[in-house]
Amino acid sequence: MSIPVLKFDAVIVGAGGAGLRSAIQLSEAGLKTAVLSKVFPTRSHTVAAQGGVAASLGNSEEDHWTWHMYDTVKGSDWLGDQDAIEFMCKKANEVVVELEHYGMPFDRTDNGKIYQRPFGGHMSNFGEKPVRRSCAAADRTGHAMLHAMYQRNVKANTQFFVEWMALDLIRDEEGHVLGVTAMEMETGQIVIFHARATIFATGGAGRIFYSSTNAFINTGDGLGMAARAGIPLEDMEFWQFHPTGVAGAGVLITEGVRGEGGILRNSSKERFMERYAPNAKDLASRDVVSRAMATEIKEGRGCGVNKDYVLLDITHLDPATIMKRLPGIHEIGIQFAGVDCLKEPLPVVPTCHYQMGGIPTHYSGRVVMPKDGDMNSVVPGFYAGGECACASVHGANRLGTNSLLDLLVFGKSAGDSAVEDLKAGRAHRELPKDVADKTLARIAALDNRKGGANVHETRLAMQRTMQDHAGVFRFGDMLKQGVEKILEVEKAARQLEIKDKSQAWNTARTEALEMENLIEVAKATMISAEARKESRGAHVRDDAPDTAEFPNGRNDKEWLKHTLFSPVDNSITYKPVNMQPLTVEPVALKTRSY
Amino acid sequence: MERADYERLRWRCIRRALLELDITLTRFLDGGGFDKLSDEEQQAFVELADMEDYDLWDLLTGKAEIDDPRLAPIVALLRKS
Repeated sequence: MSIPVLKFDAVIVGAGGAGLRSAIQLSEAGLKTAVLSKVFPTRSHTVAAQGGVAASLGNSEEDHWTWHMYDTVKGSDWLGDQDAIEFMCKKANEVVVELEHYGMPFDRTDNGKIYQRPFGGHMSNFGEKPVRRSCAAADRTGHAMLHAMYQRNVKANTQFFVEWMALDLIRDEEGHVLGVTAMEMETGQIVIFHARATIFATGGAGRIFYSSTNAFINTGDGLGMAARAGIPLEDMEFWQFHPTGVAGAGVLITEGVRGEGGILRNSSKERFMERYAPNAKDLASRDVVSRAMATEIKEGRGCGVNKDYVLLDITHLDPATIMKRLPGIHEIGIQFAGVDCLKEPLPVVPTCHYQMGGIPTHYSGRVVMPKDGDMNSVVPGFYAGGECACASVHGANRLGTNSLLDLLVFGKSAGDSAVEDLKAGRAHRELPKDVADKTLARIAALDNRKGGANVHETRLAMQRTMQDHAGVFRFGDMLKQGVEKILEVEKAARQLEIKDKSQAWNTARTEALEMENLIEVAKATMISAEARKESRGAHVRDDAPDTAEFPNGRNDKEWLKHTLFSPVDNSITYKPVNMQPLTVEPVALKTRSY
Repeated sequence: MERADYERLRWRCIRRALLELDITLTRFLDGGGFDKLSDEEQQAFVELADMEDYDLWDLLTGKAEIDDPRLAPIVALLRKS
């Protein structure tokens, strides 16, 4: 079968913040650049980021990038690479000001500067007191950012392929990346994008969990493609969770609900937080509340048919107070839980929010992997930025407002590195003879398989396995079982069947292809989490508790290292954390406490 | 509505920027809400689905109101769905 080949200097997969930021660098350098996206760019999930973008502009009070760096290293629980963190924090002002020049409508102070607000974990003078570092555009920061960058790309002649799904990474025998195979949804046509540089900016894969704040689009397509091409995934055990999402839906319930007097209850209506935090009770920190909820569920005191959620009760509060102080909560209850929260408690569960791990990259945005004894050997022609990549700046946990900063800084740096490599003479390499065979075989298998697994049921089995066995609070025995279970789900995911065989707008096929990506991420997460026998950042294990020898359960002697999960044989290797910043003294190890 | 047009619309409803809209619109389509609409109402739904996520979400949560007599009844239906 003859497959059309489209030739570009660069192909970027994903048109959220990181993809658009990369594309600006390439197009403005005069390079022929294609951006592929499953949806129109301003429908990317970056839209959902409301909080702001961190930069030590110092517009409202004194601030310094070294303070931001300290906060980020501490937030990462010292798993973040300090060279990458220095790079990001130092670059923050530049990328924010650039964005302002692109037309981003930042909130302003009376004297016209970018207004900055405080945000959790961002402090002045190395952890002393909160600092105003977050730059926002009302509560639509991500949305405004995408619009500004999309316009800039239109001006720079970036070529958009909207409603196209990238399917597989093309690598030759020497390991060079030469582009991707992709499918135009409108026609079902498979096309080869042959490029000198390939940049992944495909976002996170939060849909591996049953309860996730992520939009349905976050199916880890870039991670799936990288894994199928033999590229390892880094630190996949680290996922940020929020304590209260609506069970079964994932929609966030603000922590303000507990602040206003909301009470968490188990299946026997017990106010269980009294046992876990006798003083703070329901107002204990996120970590403590999440762990208590997970423990209640694990020990069989959850609610519902599957005993897999707890209740957030505000029925004792004055309805007028609820409507006034917690606007929207009543609608959320009705829309997403089918519950009138004035009369009945809301079903809630710790909910996945952000993926810290991803495709391993250097801070220049170049993808790296172990080769011939070098743990960080560059994969020629391949770059990544944003949530799909692991630079690693978030390490074991991410600070709020650092995700928008990550996609700006590393989107730009991936673009810059690609421009540099192309200008240095990187040419189009010859496509392998079997270039699209694997993609075509996957599509054909989906179209022809009879008696295979149902996509919806397989996805549900994966999501439940991940939620139950590798959720916010992890148990050694559950993780062990989880590995077996997810490998079983993987077998089903390799045998998916779809009923719709049509070419045009076959959404069943698209969802099956997304499922094949999700399972790669789920497997990497479960196996990496089972293997890491300490608690660090967002990876918290019941069998690695807080002790005098290991505060917070963190064991730097054995576990101050990055996980690299190899999808080829499900094996794990580790590589050292880079504790050496570029120009300043390292942030020395200490116990993370706030 | 032709199959291809419907599937295009469906894709644009099940892959939104905001999870809240993914859930609401998917439920409406897959629950048969769309099939019950007249041709004209279906066209109005397509227009709503084309809106920016926050604008549509504000309508569905009552944070914003819409005057257009063609679109308002569909918004009311979605609010109840």
